[in-house]
Amino acid sequence: MNQPISPSPAPSAPNRDIKTIVNAGLKRRRAAERRFRWYGLIAISLGLAFVVLMFANIIGKGYPAFWQTYIQVPIKFDAAVLDPDGKRDPQTLANADYAALVRTGMRQLFPSVQGRLELRALYGLVSSDAAYELQRRVLQTPALVGAEQDIWLLASATVDTLVKGNIDRTIDETERPIKDNQIEWVDKLQAAGKIEKQFNTVLFTSGDSREPEQAGIRGALMGSFYTLLVTFLLSFPIGVATAVYLEEFAPKNRWTDLIEVNINNLAAVPSIVFGLLGLAVFINFFGLPRSAPLVGGLVLSLMTLPVIIIAGRAALTSVPPSIREAALGMGASKLQMVGHHVLPLAMPGMLTGSIIGMARALGESAPLLMIGMVAFIVDVPKSFMDPSTVLPVQIYLWSDLPERAFVERTSAAIMVLLAFMILMNGLAILLRKRFERRW
Amino acid sequence: MSTTALETKVALDQALNLDTAPRKQSSVEVTDYNNRQTVGKITVDNPKMVCRGVNVYYGEKRAIKNVGLDIGANEVIAFIGPSGCGKSTFLRCLNRMNDTIPICRVTGQIQLDADDIYDKDVDVVQLRARVGMVFQKPNPFPKSIYENVAYGPRIHGMVNNKAELDDLVRESLERAGLIKEVEKRMNEPGTSLSGGQQQRLCIARAIAVNPEVILMDEPCSALDPIATAKIEELIDELRENYTIIIVTHSMQQAARVSQRTAYFHLGDLIEVGDTDQIFTNPRHKLTEDYITGRFG
Amino acid sequence: MQSFLLFALILLSAGAYYLGRQRAFAVAGGHIRNLHSLPSFYGSYAALWCGLPALLVFAVWATLQPSVIIDLVVAGLPPELRNLPPDRLNLLVNDLKNLVSGNIVSSTPDPAMLEAANRYQNLRTIGNASLWVVVMSLAIAGIAYAWRAISPTLRARNRVERVVNLFLIASSTVAIFTTLGIVLSVVFESLLFFRQVPITEFLFGLQWSPQTALRADQVGSSGAFGAIPLFAGTLLISGIAMLVAVPIGLMSALFLSEYATPKFRAVAKPALEILAGIPTVVYGFFAALTVAPLIREIGTGLGLHVASESALAAGLVMGIMIIPFVSSLSDDVINAVPQSMRDGSYALGATRSETIKRVLLPAALPGIVGSILLAVSRAIGETMIVVMAAGLSANLTANPLEAVTTVTVQIVTLLTGDQEFDSPKTLAAFALGLMLFVVTLILNIIALHVVRKYREQYE
Repeated sequence: MNQPISPSPAPSAPNRDIKTIVNAGLKRRRAAERRFRWYGLIAISLGLAFVVLMFANIIGKGYPAFWQTYIQVPIKFDAAVLDPDGKRDPQTLANADYAALVRTGMRQLFPSVQGRLELRALYGLVSSDAAYELQRRVLQTPALVGAEQDIWLLASATVDTLVKGNIDRTIDETERPIKDNQIEWVDKLQAAGKIEKQFNTVLFTSGDSREPEQAGIRGALMGSFYTLLVTFLLSFPIGVATAVYLEEFAPKNRWTDLIEVNINNLAAVPSIVFGLLGLAVFINFFGLPRSAPLVGGLVLSLMTLPVIIIAGRAALTSVPPSIREAALGMGASKLQMVGHHVLPLAMPGMLTGSIIGMARALGESAPLLMIGMVAFIVDVPKSFMDPSTVLPVQIYLWSDLPERAFVERTSAAIMVLLAFMILMNGLAILLRKRFERRW
Repeated sequence: MSTTALETKVALDQALNLDTAPRKQSSVEVTDYNNRQTVGKITVDNPKMVCRGVNVYYGEKRAIKNVGLDIGANEVIAFIGPSGCGKSTFLRCLNRMNDTIPICRVTGQIQLDADDIYDKDVDVVQLRARVGMVFQKPNPFPKSIYENVAYGPRIHGMVNNKAELDDLVRESLERAGLIKEVEKRMNEPGTSLSGGQQQRLCIARAIAVNPEVILMDEPCSALDPIATAKIEELIDELRENYTIIIVTHSMQQAARVSQRTAYFHLGDLIEVGDTDQIFTNPRHKLTEDYITGRFG
Repeated sequence: MQSFLLFALILLSAGAYYLGRQRAFAVAGGHIRNLHSLPSFYGSYAALWCGLPALLVFAVWATLQPSVIIDLVVAGLPPELRNLPPDRLNLLVNDLKNLVSGNIVSSTPDPAMLEAANRYQNLRTIGNASLWVVVMSLAIAGIAYAWRAISPTLRARNRVERVVNLFLIASSTVAIFTTLGIVLSVVFESLLFFRQVPITEFLFGLQWSPQTALRADQVGSSGAFGAIPLFAGTLLISGIAMLVAVPIGLMSALFLSEYATPKFRAVAKPALEILAGIPTVVYGFFAALTVAPLIREIGTGLGLHVASESALAAGLVMGIMIIPFVSSLSDDVINAVPQSMRDGSYALGATRSETIKRVLLPAALPGIVGSILLAVSRAIGETMIVVMAAGLSANLTANPLEAVTTVTVQIVTLLTGDQEFDSPKTLAAFALGLMLFVVTLILNIIALHVVRKYREQYE
């Protein structure tokens, strides 16, 4: 190392022609540069195009579902049918034959229709829910008995599809769900202004149903709500506690290393495996009821736990050590230091991570399929133990059904789901921006 | 330090008899600290590079103020000055490395052999093949020693086959004085060398492209004294075939390796001249203050 | 009933806190400085003594109560019912439970059943009542004990902090228990499966048609549980997905990190991340209702035979879903390469693409490989897209235009039907789950290891 650098043995004068050498290859190299840049631009454009495409597709398909076709039918609340003994007894009123009233009304709209088959087709224009609608009105206002009113009744799904222009009128009658005579009547009703599209509140107020026009996502929404509540109540405290322990208290030994490796691996396990765990342990071993939000919440909280722990640890690490040392220096115990000083400062970061974790849990469906949330459930759940389903699973169930009206509703349900996710993610980002501190 | 603060400090030193500069006939002609006109002859005969009216802006802030300077062919010229005076910034203008910084804007004229390097027809790739650079912290690629040196020739298409490339690599390593230490381990990663060796590898890498000018941005500041000595020897030999511009914060180093020296102060070129003259008979008060250690 | 008890317990603990605090003030004799800890700690001390033992007893009791009652009721059944084989007995118990909760039962209940149901009800009422008594007395005893123990020298803070510490440690073990739970449950059920179907047939068999005989003479009763077609299908769809995601993801990351202006990057990066946030069921819907028919149309237009649930459709959409995984992980990795590398390359006169291709990518390669492996692991474990867009019948092929099925699809179909828990069909799902878990675990470990080693290189 102490020998002088051997001087280069009289090198020949270097070729000064670097300018021409480079010039020769320059055009090719610049072309390659341009191509490469184009590939990158195309790639990112493709990626962004996919985003736009998916959203456009979903919104395009789902937007019409927010409007529902109603038919205005003259209804005579015939006292003879509803309340023969005139006592306005709620029981009698409840059990009356409202369907007959609907049928009479329809016949009044089209008095020329005769014959059983034709009449059946006519009655089919209106949803089977119409009778229940009349029942609800009468039970609410018994004074209606004896009155005559034009009531907007829910149209059947096929009429709705026709009015929205999604049925091909040109194909053969036998290939269509709606018949020529029905089309004729609908056209006449539209001409007379007796067909109207109103905002589809049914989608948000009723549970699942076999009839598309009566199907709603309320049951799924409540199910999601209960499930997410359980998930949050379980995963947030445990996740924060674990993050605090690992970051502040745990000695650096092999045991804690193991826990860390564990958590990192759990974060990457496919969600369906958590479903298997839920099935084997919660349902089979502990005997909890299938498709209860409690079980769904338990499974999802196990899935969300690693996300919250990792986000929590990142938040705790970002709090500078000087704050900890200042607190300890004043005589605070370790727990007091963490609880009074570190945790409040790290809380925004933890909340952000948890909200993002919740948003992911909201969209999860695979593990919930395993624990049975896949049944056809009509009632809206009212507690943690009622059988229920969640919104993504509802979407999955509806996507199998062939009716055009269900395709619409599935897309609309997806829009609602995406809206929630955008809301939650937006909240997380807002939280992060507002409470971000630069140390 | 601002000029008024400087004046105060100097006056204080003198009053307290702390003035330690040798009492000799002062050669300083320009005593006004606010006079930032360049003192000394900026031109040379047969210049390699010619700079006139160069200004560099970082956003709104002007980092280089109206600098004009000639760089002579086959000479070693040192840029000295206190931290933050702009010498590295000016250096990076000469091979347009400032282009990689988005907020940086360069105006003025810089010519390499009568070609304006900021002309819009000039391809910066070609420029950088002619004007090479060695950085403060050695940055060999995470490739083998051979591949590090072969990188430049490969991309510029300087050789036609493997045999020529081998020769070129070998020659570059010889010129950089590194061949004896690495010829048995050309396939080992460049990062496995010591600091001084890595820097010589970077020099070899720069030489392999056959530049005409080599820019060196404080090449020895991250190295130990022995490695520094080796590199200074190397610079002296390289002078035969290349023009070298070296930025250094060590005045002793500038005195050792360069023929001409340019002194920068807060973005202005204060004085330029032969190294001997700058260090023994500075003509500007700021230069004298700097070399006598009053600040910086 | 029991949730009400829980609520009462919480209220009682809150009251205990208040009482404890008051007591602390009382014994302080004028100045709280005389106390060892802050009064709130004495309050917490009392609350913990009130609530914790009672809660523990409550949890254990409530968990065990149903099975104990069932055992007692079954013991009281007439002998012919008691001695039924286990699966029939299970059905009986289910009927019993349904009767008790007023649901529909499978057949008209006989008098023995009704009586058993009555016994169940009675036992349950007695059990709940005793639970109330025990829990409440424990809680009150706890308050009393704490009350007596509170004095100025009692180190309440230390005691309380010890309990909190225990809670923290216990929380940390939840993660371990989860992994243990996954491993144990999956392995256990798989072992049961492998007792019925040999592991070699499972791993190497080429036929997958999971049927089990309900009756001895049932048609199609022979089940074949060879999983190779499933593995092949998974690989085919994941392969297509990676073919889509890796080029687009990697080039996007390179463009965003090296070419894009800061403003473009600030908009485009989050926009691309949106793809990661969309629930997979939405992708499945998109694949099944838009992409698959489109591919089918194009295919038949070109004269090719395309299945309505082609692997191509599922793979394409899965690829779109994975793009942000590849791009954001690669972005991190590329940004970790120090700027001095880039500077060194530019100073030699390299163009940006040359720098990327010859310096950046080789330097970042381990990290990029790691991110690709993580993406593959994600693709293999994906469920909803394939359930909705891929086929159900096992098909051993490499043709992307045909319908194939994957491991995850089979797990779902095997478990969302109505079958008992022990049949080979459901157990097969667990065996598949075991395969899935092991493979993704290995991929993740390798990926994390590679990325960590790469990061060490630069830090």
